[in-house]
Amino acid sequence: MAADDGMQVIIGLEVHIQLNKLRTKLWCSCTSAYHGKEPNTVLCPVCLALPGTLPVLNKRAVEFAILLGLALKGDVQKETFFYRKNYYYPDMCKNFQISQYDKAGGVPICVGGELAFRAGKEARTVHFMRVHMEEDPGRLAYDGSITTSPVAYVDYNRHGMALLEAVTEPELRSPEEARAFLKKLRAIVEHLGIADLGLEGSMRCDANISYKGHARVEVKNISSMKEVEKALMFEMMRQKQKIKGGGEIVQETRHWDEVRRVTVSLRTKETEKDYRYFPEPDLVPVAIDKKMLDAARKAMPELPDARIQRIVKQYQIPEYDASVLCDSKAMADFYEATVKIFDDPKDVSNWLMGDVSRRLNEDLVEIEETKLTPKALAQMLRLIKDGTITGKIAKGLVKGMLSGAMPADLVKEHAVKRIDDAALLGNLAREVIVENPKVVAEVKEGKNPRTFEFLVGQVMKKTKGQADPELTREILKELL
Amino acid sequence: MSKKIDENTVAHLAELARITLSDKERKEFAKQLSSILEFFSQISELDTENVKPTYHVVELKNVFREDESREGLSQEAALRNAPQKEKGYFKSPKIVED
Ligand SMILES: [Zn+2]
Repeated sequence: MAADDGMQVIIGLEVHIQLNKLRTKLWCSCTSAYHGKEPNTVLCPVCLALPGTLPVLNKRAVEFAILLGLALKGDVQKETFFYRKNYYYPDMCKNFQISQYDKAGGVPICVGGELAFRAGKEARTVHFMRVHMEEDPGRLAYDGSITTSPVAYVDYNRHGMALLEAVTEPELRSPEEARAFLKKLRAIVEHLGIADLGLEGSMRCDANISYKGHARVEVKNISSMKEVEKALMFEMMRQKQKIKGGGEIVQETRHWDEVRRVTVSLRTKETEKDYRYFPEPDLVPVAIDKKMLDAARKAMPELPDARIQRIVKQYQIPEYDASVLCDSKAMADFYEATVKIFDDPKDVSNWLMGDVSRRLNEDLVEIEETKLTPKALAQMLRLIKDGTITGKIAKGLVKGMLSGAMPADLVKEHAVKRIDDAALLGNLAREVIVENPKVVAEVKEGKNPRTFEFLVGQVMKKTKGQADPELTREILKELL
Repeated sequence: MSKKIDENTVAHLAELARITLSDKERKEFAKQLSSILEFFSQISELDTENVKPTYHVVELKNVFREDESREGLSQEAALRNAPQKEKGYFKSPKIVED
């Protein structure tokens, strides 16, 4: 759609990663475990910016930032500073956000960097301008949608949580590519262990979107990876229609309204210089010496790319399989745990990438959100291998297993064993032959082998997929 | 670099700071801010080509806190000074115009 009309979209992302694996917030000792808590119960005088309070930097937050900087092959700076970004919005108590800046003498913790990922079959690399540290604002709630709510309700539990913002160059070329990029970034963050990205609001985006030769629009408030594609698609369509109708794109900031599924203009006249960035006088510079860098390199865990290569080598499965499994750390962990107790690596990856993933996609959940265990999957694969159940029966067990059931129990409970009773199958095969005279005639002509498989399928249907397929074929052949 | 601050700039700054100024105040502040800039322009006459910018006046670096949590405020205490509150939230006026 985008390609054939010659209009090329250019997308840059600002990805906010919430360091919720820290025990505390960025400037104060409030717990980071605010998810699911009553509003305004996880805060302190620093969070609320009460007069006289001062921020004190969380050392581990700096260590986490160095880890991400190195993982993205960025240039971790020897000295880095915090800056004030001034603006009035109810989600910030101080009326400024402590952030970092790359102009006016500012130095973010990490400059540059890149990320290689797969978008469909294409290998792509996107570059970063920087990774910087900043504090999370509070959370706003509305009566319905942001545009229709008469008031905003403010919860400062999130206020002051540590964020890392990774800013890409405008190099992404489609919403699908943006999603693939984010997936890879997510996998890296999960492997680093700096954030649990399953938590609500733990990975949020702002997107810069423009068509070549037209003004750039920034879309804020995209609350999750799943929303990014939708927000980008809407905004692209809006701009495209405007351009085609002879209109002009206004350079502006828009807000993604999740409820109404549209972007709306924030109508702020504020430009970057209106943020009046200046050095934060309440925080001293951070010097990152060789000792800190060496410590980070030592603490660096295995990252997705290295893991893919190791899995390919160790389990002899195709690189494609390994890279799909490593899209999610939880999935890769699940895979390796299963292979440890069921020694057929290809069989395990086939099932995880096939029926298990299909089910997860249908239910819009991640594997770690289900009750499926490696033990259960291994047991199911063993039941297939020893001939107790057919692959078809196994497919039907996946749903129950995702809710925590063991396959052996499901087989017992529903009596869904492979049927190898020749007398029973013979009776069913005769029924099928009587019911399908036309097909039988075609089979006898012997032109189309698929007509025979149709009859096998009919016997399968009568047994709800439990008939032993080989035995059924033999019996049918004999009868015909 | 002695750029004069005019009344429009003062009005814009007032808007960013969410304060209301009278015509008289705008005139007065335009004059005062201009003379402050004038004063700073004297500093910018100095050659600072090889001088590292001062980020902080204190010669300190790396003041850190360990990542250990402590109890904070109760909801009641947190909301005590809020002009408007509801169901545990601070209440703010509408943000986005439709
Ligand atoms: Zn706090």
